[in-house]
Amino acid sequence: MVPVSAYLILAVVLFGIGAIGVLTSRNMIVLFMCIELMLNAANLAMVAFSRALNVVDGHVIVFLVLTVAAAEAAVGLAMIITIFRNRETINIDRYSILKW
Amino acid sequence: MNLDTVIFFAAAVVAVFGATMMIAQKNPIASALYLILSLVAQAILYVQLGGLFLGSILIVVYAGAIMVLFLFVIMLLNLRSSDDLGPPPPALGRFTKYAFGILLSVELIVIVKAARMPSKATGVLGFPVEDFGSVKAVSTQMFTTYVYPLELTGILMLIAVVGAVVIAKKENNAQVSDDSGSDRPAKKQVS
Repeated sequence: MVPVSAYLILAVVLFGIGAIGVLTSRNMIVLFMCIELMLNAANLAMVAFSRALNVVDGHVIVFLVLTVAAAEAAVGLAMIITIFRNRETINIDRYSILKW
Repeated sequence: MNLDTVIFFAAAVVAVFGATMMIAQKNPIASALYLILSLVAQAILYVQLGGLFLGSILIVVYAGAIMVLFLFVIMLLNLRSSDDLGPPPPALGRFTKYAFGILLSVELIVIVKAARMPSKATGVLGFPVEDFGSVKAVSTQMFTTYVYPLELTGILMLIAVVGAVVIAKKENNAQVSDDSGSDRPAKKQVS
């Protein structure tokens, strides 16, 4: 059987890839997908711990996180569409109008 | 090397490959498809960890619904390639970003290695309890111990649906017709 730490390290690697994507991506939608990947990496760690401790509480939390992620994706994509309609670009570096 | 280890490594390699290709692609549609590949590999890992219900939910909700929403938006905005976004940022800035990301990963791995975990959570996994991770076991917990978080999630979903509609809705015609003084670019003709 595979030890828990293997799953945790895989989750960390996926989280790190997602973090690199968030930092480097200039495309708003790809940045959003990287956030989803980071959420899923955290979920993987949660499921692994849940299995190790033999309780399903972690599964419930992962389910709630999935729900929140779905809500976040819906609102975020609506925001992307609105901003794109106004600024005609999805380059994240051009969305600096709130930065003073 | 038994079957469990083989499945774990195969799924782990596919998950990391999909994630890496996702951030390396120029075309956002290819990025979305690679993310789906990574999510399917993660669903296999969930099932391997006994989360049969969560694995299927991940496929249905994530790889199915949410990624279709992403693809729909990409096609709605008619995005072809990240090259359309203009010139890339200077190399020093990009290098710094990669360095910070890798530093974060290394730091997290050090934390995982150094963390003092409960004794049950270390070492090799034993056999799960009866009907671990089944729909019945998960939903029993969800509707008893975690019933208030579940209800709150329902309210959150309602707010998100209303908010998404309100945000994405176009302004009504009266407001659009007299926008000569606004700084909004002229409305494109729909062909």
